Amino acid sequence: MLNVDSVEKGIVIDHIKAGRGMYIYNYLKLDELESCVAIIKNVKSEKQGRKDLIKIDGIIDINLEVLGFIDPNATVNIVEDGKIITKTKLKLPNRVVDVVKCKNPRCITSVENEIKHEFRLSDIEKGSYRCVYCDSMYSAS
Amino acid sequence: MLKGRHLIDPMDFSPEEIDEILQLSDEIIKNPRLYADVCKGYILATLFFEPSTRTRLSFEAAMLRLGGSVTGFSSADASSAVKGESVADTVKTISNYADICAMRHPKEGAPKIAAMYSDIPVINGGDGGHHHPTQTLTDLLTIRSLKGRLSNFTVGFCGDLKFGRTVHSLIKALSRYENIKFVLVSPEELRVPDYIKDEVLTKKRIDFVEVDKLEEIMPALDILYMTRVQKERFFNEEDYIRLKDSFILDLNKLENAKDDMIIMHPLPRVNEISMEVDSDRRAAYFKQTKYGMYVRMGLIMKLLGVEI
Repeated sequence: MLNVDSVEKGIVIDHIKAGRGMYIYNYLKLDELESCVAIIKNVKSEKQGRKDLIKIDGIIDINLEVLGFIDPNATVNIVEDGKIITKTKLKLPNRVVDVVKCKNPRCITSVENEIKHEFRLSDIEKGSYRCVYCDSMYSAS
Repeated sequence: MLKGRHLIDPMDFSPEEIDEILQLSDEIIKNPRLYADVCKGYILATLFFEPSTRTRLSFEAAMLRLGGSVTGFSSADASSAVKGESVADTVKTISNYADICAMRHPKEGAPKIAAMYSDIPVINGGDGGHHHPTQTLTDLLTIRSLKGRLSNFTVGFCGDLKFGRTVHSLIKALSRYENIKFVLVSPEELRVPDYIKDEVLTKKRIDFVEVDKLEEIMPALDILYMTRVQKERFFNEEDYIRLKDSFILDLNKLENAKDDMIIMHPLPRVNEISMEVDSDRRAAYFKQTKYGMYVRMGLIMKLLGVEI
């Protein structure tokens, strides 16, 4: 059994969909942190079967809306003195700006400079979003 | 209040606001002379980054018939877009010259960006395969004028229902009225996209059927909306050639149709309606272009806040 020290003061991102941990690591630019960061992949989970987990030593600002877009089932736990003091369950945000780009080659965002790439939640059950300019579908999953 | 608003998506306006525009268009049809000078001193800019005859001329004729003036360009080559100017910068400049503008652009969402940066009302004159709201207004005015109402119909759409933006917009627009049923006639490859079925028809519990033969459903239809299979919407020429002649309407197919059914088409047609149908009393597609001009007159007046 792999053992990774528990966090004294920091953040634990739990219940990440298995395989998505590295994507979150990259998106949050955790490689730029000086502090200790651990990604644990494929942890056994009763609820999910397998999950990923990220432990960050120290408190950093995390955009919960963006994280919710990447993995709405993840939870963000803030730890102090070795105990979880807040637990935030993520959800799909109503809109995401400059997180993903529209893949429709006919969309104006493919040629117009300095335009924000914006998507609005269109179906919460399917986790689908639509580009606000061309209405193309983007699935968060 | 429609003054100062943009029209980008056909659903930007409520059914009541659309009714206001249709009502005014009706008044203009009844007494066009009364409106011949109402837009004197106003300028419409037609920003057409893509070729179009019908839509651009219809906008220009509408403004001229209201006594206003027109400026603009009719292809991207004739604008600074060829030098790499953004849509945002183009419209910021045009806002200083004109009082209202109509834009057609090959990229989807371009008029929305124009509206974000414009100080004057922007009317979407078609953005790629996306929206064409003034065609929807044209269709609604045609139906209301020729059938006397916008509810209690069985409407058949035939041809390219996948890429046909006019079809998607009209389905959405008509789905806001009472007791509308849809019959969707197309080959498998050109069916209405799932999102229209899921987010509009199923969600609003609207009756619809998908069939691949026009003849068998013809007797049920109050309105038949034909569409062209458009070459420019295909990435692959082989698919276009295989599907372009899928559905052609001729007098034989009309034998079982209701006497008071109307046949509509956004035009231009290629061969999907045989010319022999043109003289049938049910053919409404050339009248439709006239209604298109009148509805644009009503729209321009409302967005400028001009009254007689």
